[in-house]
Amino acid sequence: MLRHLMALLTLTLLALPMTAPAQTDPTSEAPIAGTSVDDSPATSTGRQTLEDILARQRGEDPANPVRSHDLGGDALQAPGMGPLGASSDSDIWRQIRFNDGDIRNSTLNPNGDVLIQTGGMWWEELRKGPLRTYGGWLLLGTIAVLAVFYLIRGRIRIDGGKTGTLVLRFKFVERMAHWVLAGSFILLGFTGLFTLFGRKYLIPAFGHEFNSVLLTGSKFIHNNVSWAFMIALAMVFVMWVWHNIPDKTDIIWFKQAGGIIGNKHPPARKFNAGQKIIFWSVIVLGVSVSASGISLLFPFELPLFSHSFDVLNGWGVPGWFGFDALPVNLAPQEEMQFAQLWHAIVAFLMMAVILGHIYIGTLGMEGAYDAMGSGLVDENWAHQHHSLWLEHLQEEKPGKIRPDPAE
Amino acid sequence: MKAMLSGFAAIVIIGVGAYFTLESLGFSSQEVYSSPNARVD
Repeated sequence: MLRHLMALLTLTLLALPMTAPAQTDPTSEAPIAGTSVDDSPATSTGRQTLEDILARQRGEDPANPVRSHDLGGDALQAPGMGPLGASSDSDIWRQIRFNDGDIRNSTLNPNGDVLIQTGGMWWEELRKGPLRTYGGWLLLGTIAVLAVFYLIRGRIRIDGGKTGTLVLRFKFVERMAHWVLAGSFILLGFTGLFTLFGRKYLIPAFGHEFNSVLLTGSKFIHNNVSWAFMIALAMVFVMWVWHNIPDKTDIIWFKQAGGIIGNKHPPARKFNAGQKIIFWSVIVLGVSVSASGISLLFPFELPLFSHSFDVLNGWGVPGWFGFDALPVNLAPQEEMQFAQLWHAIVAFLMMAVILGHIYIGTLGMEGAYDAMGSGLVDENWAHQHHSLWLEHLQEEKPGKIRPDPAE
Repeated sequence: MKAMLSGFAAIVIIGVGAYFTLESLGFSSQEVYSSPNARVD
């Protein structure tokens, strides 16, 4: 009898591994006790489906309503059950995710009790995807276009060489304001790029420690140097705005492509049409990047987008491009996310414009750098690029024209 | 060149000034959001 029982036990033990795959193999069609292998009736069980997860990542409400309602009910208050009552960890995390929990923390930030912001998934995806991709390619593409242009056109020389007579183009305060703007912009540009691209490119190349130190420093520089940028932006606007009002000479400049293509030198006053484009781009984009930057510097204090979207919706702007109305009931975190995206997009555009400006002011045109270096340009250079301005000086302010003491 | 260096010096001065001014006015996130029972230093 005992031998029969032992044989039966042995056979049972040997047969066990054969039944195991039916429970652990996900491809097995055999149902697992207590669960369903069919996703379709998930709403009835409260399990979320793949579609629920994808919908949440798109910032939409999950189609499965049971999930957001399955928060433990009164279980939390169940007497004699310890701090969590009868709630499970899953109940607690669902309460946090659906902002229905009794969250208490030590921050004084009224928005600090949102521990999981499901509505921010679209922002994270956009920031680590298209923003990096298109922004990065915009800068690399601009550099490539400038390199090709240089190879084709070469450096724009001063026809006839230098005369040895110098003309005061920019006063000290103008040049200083320019360099405050330029220097701060370069610092802001690099630290901003480190912040956006650090996690993707710097961590794999240099490690977490390096990236951490670099980004801590970048944040400090970015936040504090921004004030110098804004002050200089206001200074150059006040000093140069009257010289940058469009006039009829700009039309001639455009017709002759600014003299960059070909050998003609269209007449121009203190600033030609190309420089006016740079000026207004810097002012408009600079003000915009400053506004969104201030909003980010003082989180949740200066929301910009809810009101702006409301105004744009009122004008019907989204409809012009076939879009639905823009959202106006934004969570405080969403305000910050829109501000961050706008800040980065405008900054990328500005960096592309400034790359062109740096090119023409240094490598692309002989004598151009002197205008912001010493402030003195050669008379021949002034005649070729700003003939109307030079004539004005010769008639009204001849003291600004003098021989080069080095000659 | 003098204008360029003066401009760069101005960036440093404005940046340091902004940092200490905002700190003294209590604008740092640490100052604004930390309750007395949070030890962040």
